[in-house]
Amino acid sequence: MLYEQIARNKRKTFLVMFLFAVIFALVGAGLGQLLWDKPLPGILTALVVALVYSFLVFQDPVNVVMSMNHGQELREEDNPQLFHIVEDMAMVGQIPMPKVYLIPDQSPNAFATGLSPDKSAVAVTQGLLDMMDREELEGVLGHEISHIRNYDIRLSMVALVLVSAISFISQFAQRWIWYGFGGGDRDDDDRDSGGALGMIIGVIGVVFVLILGPLAAALAQMALSRNREYLADAGSVELTRNPQGLISALTKIENSQPMKAANSASASLYIEDPIRRPSLSHLFDTHPPTSERIKRLQEM
Amino acid sequence: MTLWIVLLILVILIAIFYISAYNGMQKAKINTEEAWSQITVQLKRRNDLIPNLVETVKGYAKHEKETLSAVVALRNQLVQVPADDHEQAMQLSNQITDSLKSIFALAESYPDLKANQNFGQLQEELTNTENKIAYSRQLYNSCAASYNKLLVTFPSNIVANIHHFSKVDYLSIPEEETKAPKVSF
Repeated sequence: MLYEQIARNKRKTFLVMFLFAVIFALVGAGLGQLLWDKPLPGILTALVVALVYSFLVFQDPVNVVMSMNHGQELREEDNPQLFHIVEDMAMVGQIPMPKVYLIPDQSPNAFATGLSPDKSAVAVTQGLLDMMDREELEGVLGHEISHIRNYDIRLSMVALVLVSAISFISQFAQRWIWYGFGGGDRDDDDRDSGGALGMIIGVIGVVFVLILGPLAAALAQMALSRNREYLADAGSVELTRNPQGLISALTKIENSQPMKAANSASASLYIEDPIRRPSLSHLFDTHPPTSERIKRLQEM
Repeated sequence: MTLWIVLLILVILIAIFYISAYNGMQKAKINTEEAWSQITVQLKRRNDLIPNLVETVKGYAKHEKETLSAVVALRNQLVQVPADDHEQAMQLSNQITDSLKSIFALAESYPDLKANQNFGQLQEELTNTENKIAYSRQLYNSCAASYNKLLVTFPSNIVANIHHFSKVDYLSIPEEETKAPKVSF
């Protein structure tokens, strides 16, 4: 069961990387067409930028994700109880002790991140520490340790990093198009924008760049199946042997305010969606409905 | 000629299987031993913490000598238990857990004790060791289960028979803990 999950996650990570390489190449081709009227230099530039960016981020990915979410690393003296619970869960889950971070936010939530169990971290919010008792904290951290154990963290980390790279490019390109086509006074009139073909390519480029961010996010969404939350809930119960703690923790989290500090790109990492947008369609929800999760836990 | 090649391949395959089955079993056995040593580390830690706790509580709760001496007696008994008698060690450990619970329940009737900073720290330390004992016992049992499974399933049971691997006993879990959550004093 666990081994199958690990194998599936590693396969999916590879697939996600491949798909994003394709998207980067397409974006590069589009930009190359717009800038130099040739796709190839654009493709090469985009791939090189993506490689350098990934290399830089994956040097210390935990640090990057934690600073995106305003996490501060804790030492054992800062909160012995939290540390001891993480130690317990790591011991029984047979993984090395992850680093522990605190997010100063009053909404209760938690997430785990890292590329592998050897270099992983868990983060909890101040609200979680304030609201939960020991049993509930064990449930929540058992869930996070399960994500680390079965390599969910690697898949979601890679997806997160690549989605943010794409949204960065997309924003950059949107701004460039804005100044290029809507901005009015442009001094560098070296290319004649009067031609119909130029207009068409321009329009296609704009549309593509505008839908690019949501498209990438939707792709990442498909890779991160919502099933993984159910699996991590089950993993938590396997570690703690006590569904009650996680049930009451999820209930408390559901009835609380959304987070302020959460970075929207990392929403899928959290144990419960930290943003809780008013969702008209549940198609793009990052998390399964809490009531359904609680129901499954009660049946265990 | 072809027959020899086939035989040779067969022998090599059997050798590979034999070695990996043997190593797999040794590994599973070492895992259970490691899990047990986790438990002894925690038992020892708790044994070291108990005198501190007794010292701290004594000053505030003078009339509770009996409760305190009971836990000290159990602790001294546990120290005497031979290293390989897992069952007895765990039984005494469970009794210590119960008497520690009653000591921490005392704090409810002694507000000064409850407010003592040292007592608060000891309480977290002991809760931590109690939980670690419970979790390492759980780990021990799951390691023992995967080892025992190798002993009875084909084909690893053949190798187990040749090398006289023997079954590992599970640690019994106290009745109330099978359904209730872990300790929080």
